[in-house]
Amino acid sequence: MKSLENKTALVTGGSRGIGRAIALAMAEEGANIAVVFAGNREAAEKTAAEIAEKGVQARIYQCDVASAGETEAVVKQILDDFGGVDILVNNAGIVRDTLLLRMKEEDFDAVLNTNLKGAYHMIRQLYSHMMRKKSGSIINISSVVGLMGNAAQANYAAAKAGLIGLTKSTAKELASRGVTCNAIAPGYIRSDMTDALPEKAKEAIVSQIPMKHTGLPQDVANLAVFLAGPAASYITGEVIRVDGGMAM
Amino acid sequence: MTNLERLEKIFAEYKDDLEPGALTEETTFEELNFDSLDVVDLIMACEDEFGVTIGEEQELKTVGDLLKVIEEAEAE
Repeated sequence: MKSLENKTALVTGGSRGIGRAIALAMAEEGANIAVVFAGNREAAEKTAAEIAEKGVQARIYQCDVASAGETEAVVKQILDDFGGVDILVNNAGIVRDTLLLRMKEEDFDAVLNTNLKGAYHMIRQLYSHMMRKKSGSIINISSVVGLMGNAAQANYAAAKAGLIGLTKSTAKELASRGVTCNAIAPGYIRSDMTDALPEKAKEAIVSQIPMKHTGLPQDVANLAVFLAGPAASYITGEVIRVDGGMAM
Repeated sequence: MTNLERLEKIFAEYKDDLEPGALTEETTFEELNFDSLDVVDLIMACEDEFGVTIGEEQELKTVGDLLKVIEEAEAE
């Protein structure tokens, strides 16, 4: 039997990049997938079609996770459509990189609102559901920059570090109900964004990684599948890096 | 429907084995095996059902305590 058979996973930012890889990997293990996306409907539909090819249910939901009202409505809809949620993956994130000196308050707020408050909204909406079911797995996608800091990413690093505190607090609150909450801290993972970097910048990044190459979205997805499955049922409040040794 | 019956409906969502009519004002949360997390969740469900705001600082031991707090909040 596949490890996530008959489970439903809700993945925010699930249409592209790491979120897409997680959604597909969980579908491969038999989970039905609710893909929550912010704006790119075409990408979400494409991902949903790929998920459905694996013989599981896939639906897409447009939602700004920074909005309390939108997250409440979308979670209600997903619970209605799927009859429950077993796995929540808080992956939605944006960047507004610039040196702190130039970072406008709205750049700081926008990143915190989506990357950190978005996870808070989603957890809050599913808290009671998972608590009463006495099972569930919450996975927050943090980042190594949340552990190390990064120039020009004060907002992003603060949000990603905040996710770690959110993860541990949620883990403590829900541990007695058999609900786990863990964080994954990816390092440099190949994406459209990193592909667009100049060759020199890529070389500089790779030189900081002991394994001397960037990671793939699949590397993160493999861990997410493990954390969501029965083999990880005694692991909670943990932060695991997927970074080729970068933040050691 | 009395307030107690409305509460019973909410409680039934937490306890599958709750018999209709089993809930009285003297029933304690301890008897029902509710811990603090259950009680907070229950209070929030009551807030939705009754359209009131109940502070978390309340010392609630029995169903009667909860009813009293709800009725006081409704009267405000």
